[in-house]
Formats: sequence, structure tokens, C-alpha cells
Amino acid sequence: MPVPTEDVFRIEDLRIRAGKKELLKGISLSLRRNEILSAIGPSGSGKTTFLRCLNRLTDLEEGLTIEGRVLFKGKNIFDPETDAIELRRKVGMVFAVPMPLPMSIRDNLMLPLRLQSNSLEEDADGRIETCLRAAFLWDEVKDRLSLAATSLSGGQQQRLCLARSLMVRPDVLLLDEPCSGLDPISTAKIEEALQGLKKVMSVVLVTNNVKQASRTSDRTAFLLMGELVELGETGQIFTNPRDSRTGDYVSGRFG
Amino acid sequence: MSRRPASERLIETFIRLSAGVAIAALVMIFIFIGKEALPVLTSPKVREEAGLSKLFLPQPPAAGKPARFSWQPVSKVPKYSLLPLFVGTIKVTLVSLLFALPLALGAALFTSEFAAAWLKEIVKPVIELLAAIPSVVLGFLALIVTASYVQNVFGLDFRLNTLNAGMALALAVIPVVYTVAEDALSSVPNSFREGSIALGATSWQTAWRVVLPAAFPGIFAACVLGFGRAIGETMIVLMASGNAAVLSWNAGHPFRSLSATVAAELGEVVKGSPHYHVLFFIGVMLFIFTFLTNFAGQMFVTRLKEKLTGAR
Repeated sequence: MPVPTEDVFRIEDLRIRAGKKELLKGISLSLRRNEILSAIGPSGSGKTTFLRCLNRLTDLEEGLTIEGRVLFKGKNIFDPETDAIELRRKVGMVFAVPMPLPMSIRDNLMLPLRLQSNSLEEDADGRIETCLRAAFLWDEVKDRLSLAATSLSGGQQQRLCLARSLMVRPDVLLLDEPCSGLDPISTAKIEEALQGLKKVMSVVLVTNNVKQASRTSDRTAFLLMGELVELGETGQIFTNPRDSRTGDYVSGRFG
Repeated sequence: MSRRPASERLIETFIRLSAGVAIAALVMIFIFIGKEALPVLTSPKVREEAGLSKLFLPQPPAAGKPARFSWQPVSKVPKYSLLPLFVGTIKVTLVSLLFALPLALGAALFTSEFAAAWLKEIVKPVIELLAAIPSVVLGFLALIVTASYVQNVFGLDFRLNTLNAGMALALAVIPVVYTVAEDALSSVPNSFREGSIALGATSWQTAWRVVLPAAFPGIFAACVLGFGRAIGETMIVLMASGNAAVLSWNAGHPFRSLSATVAAELGEVVKGSPHYHVLFFIGVMLFIFTFLTNFAGQMFVTRLKEKLTGAR
């Protein structure tokens, strides 16, 4: 088995404050190529803030102070000369609540391509099929691509959002509790999709579901109150945690 | 059936009653205006002087003269052609919407999508305050202050012209359209914006391709309301239009609108005369006009919502 070593993201001592409140208290970790890294922790632990940092969605929130460095392919994304728009095309994101826009399925998928009109895909239909297949949605929607995306079920909508974020071939995919509102079958399909996706990209999965982290991810990071308590191979985190708090959390003693 | 407390039933009755009163008022307005307008269709005496053909077809001003459209209800041979009034009304409405819609929608898009929070706090109430200015004040402004200026700038032959009146009318339309459109834009869930930004959209792309389409039903409703306001507005056009019932589509000419005609003439008309009944007939026309626009707008919005949400 090839050992992926090159880091896509390198996060060095990342600190985020909102006013006096510290949301992240100095986090350092790296995201490797072709891995699924899951971030677990109780709510309020800062995992979503951490995730939103990686594509600079934190720009939308007023009053955040960000210190430390986040290197994406060696360049600090918080440098003034970094183009956040360009970054977000390389770092896709799927939200907790499925967020199809009020247009047809096809238009939803085409939107990311249309947004960057200078690089119009020549074979858009082929790309749509590829991405829908990767998200395990193709068979369910292939005959009704012109239907409104909001007519799909919640689980289908979430897979549509997953497919949509793949349209521009991102290097990294960020998932913010993507299965929190989904039924077990949709959840399984998304988890299966992620296993396929990691062959071509890296995935950061924030989840409240500890079992999901243990099923899907290669490495797991445990956050608590804005601190990175422990980061390690998923198997080690779940069977042999170094920190007792990690053990308490993954075994369900608090959370 | 379980008994509910008396106080609750009292409140429910009261609420039913208030809704009923509002609907009854609307129906009764229509009945009473319609009753006064009906002789135009039924009474032989009224029809002889002002029947439907007299209202809508060209009539010769005197025997042997070529037929034309004119509104001269108090001349020796009264002429009741409504066409000049229709044209004047539609003309000024179009001019005012031409000014008001881009300005109001642009302002709404700016405050909801681009303005900083503190700026929005200032801009929104100020524009909405425009609605609190009595229309007689706007009419005065158009009549005394801007008329000569507009005439000079555009090199028009008439001081009181459609362009000037339309701009004043736009000031009355803007707050209506702005308020409704801004609410529609602001109620687009933030998750739409975040999702779009996360796809690599600029804030302009987000506003134009995501927020605007999502808010479109509300924006369309805002435009329909603005149309209703423009077509029904009386005082501004009465003061600033010149009130000349000429059949002309030229925006540099004066005009006479339906509503201003009713306002100017109903106070002095002989009760029960054909002229009196024609004025009420005009009222019914205005009523039907706005009713149909609102209805068509509502249908369109419902259809659009179905299309957007995929419900069938």
C-alpha cells in the first residue's frame, strides 16, 4: 500500500477568538493527501469553527480574531494576497443542513462551473454523471435532472450537495456533520462515497457521531473546549487512547 | 366536542369579526361604486349621451367633422372619450415605474447584500420615511420646484409634462417597492449565501445568481404593489400633470389621468347626470385594473413558487 505523506493542509498554532471568548486555543495538525480525517468532540468544542477556517468561511463572520497559520499547499490562506474565491474552489464544503438552491438538479450541479465562467467545462453532462455517480445519486435522479432540487428527499439533497461540491474537482472536501439529519441508508451511501473520493482528494469530516468517525476515517482528531486533545490513527484513538478524556468521550461516558 | 373557555371563544369571535369587516368593506365599496356606474350600461338617458361606444370609440366633435377621441364633459355637446385618460394614466405609470423600479430594487439589493450593518440601519428607515411624506407635498415639489428644471434639462415644450409628473410619482412608488423587496431579500436564508460562497462565488455572484432568484416571488410582488400605487395615485398627478386630456404617448406632453379626473370633477358634477355616472364608471375601471393586476401577479407568484420548490 502506498504511504501518502505529502501534507495538503498544515495548520500551525491556530487561535480564534470571538471577542473575549476563545473558540480555538492553538491547534496544530496536518491533513495528508488521500486521507479522511475526522474531527470529533462535544458541541462547542470548536470543530465547526476549525472546519470553516479551512476555506475561510470565517470571513463572513464579523468580530473574529484569527492568529496562527493555515498553510494550504505551502501557502498561508490568511495572507492578504491569497484569493479566498480561488481557495474555496479548491476546498469544497458540504453543510450539516442540505443546501440545494431553488433551481433544477442540473442547474444546481452546473452552478459551480458557471460561477467560474472562464473555465467552462466542455463535457458538462459527462461531468454531471461522474459526480452524481461518485455521490451514489446517479441512478436515482438520472431521468429527472430538470426537476427542482428541492423535490428530492433530504438524503438525496445532501448527496446532491456532495456531488455539486465535486464538480470543480476540489483537492479537499470539508464536511460539517453531513449526516446529522439523514436516515441510516443515506448515511451509509455518503460514507461509501467518501471511501471512493479519498482516492482523489483529502477529506475532513466533522461529526457528532463517534461511530461514524470510527467507521470512515483514517485518522481522528478529538477536540474539547477549543483544544486539540489527541490526534492519531482512528484505530488507536478508539482502542488505545493516550488521553483519558479521549477514552471517556469515545466510549460514551460524556459528550 | 370539548368545551373551550368562554374567553377563548370571545377572542375567536372578535378575530373572525375583524376579518369579516375588512372583507365586507371591500365588497361594499365595489357594490356602491358599481351601483353608481351601472347607468352607463343600463339607463337609456345616460347611454344616449355617454354609452360604451361614446366612451371608447371616436366621436365627431360636430356634425360633419372627422371623428376623434376627446374628453370634454362640460362642453355644449359633452364628449366622454376615456381613451386620452387611459393613455395618460398608463403613460405616467410607465414613466414612474421606469424610474422607481431600478432605483428601489437596486437600493434593496444594496442594503440586504452589500451594506454594512450600521449603514443598513440608516438607509432602510430613511427610504421608508419617504412613504410618510404626504403626496400633496410631493405634488407641490413637482409643480413648483422641479417642473421648470426638468423642462429646461430635457428641452421640453411644456412645463407640466409626463416626465416630471412620473418622476414625482416615482418618489411615492420607491418606498413601497423598496420595503417589500428588501424584506424578500433579507428573508432568504443565510445558508443560501454561505453555500454559494463556499462554492467559490463572489458576493456579487451570490447576490445576483442565488439570492435574487430565491427572492424573486417577493420581488415580483413588490413590483405589482408599486404598479398599484402608481396607477391609483391621485394628488401628485392632479397637481403636476397639467390635466390636459390629450391623446398622446409623448412623455414631454401634459396628460390627464383617470384618478385625477375623478378627483377634479366629482366635486362639481351634477348628481345623477351622465357625467356623474361616467366618473363612477372610471372608478370601477380603476378598481378592476388594480384588482386584475394583483390577481395576475398572485397567480404568477404561486406558479413560480411551485416551479422553484418542485411542488406540483
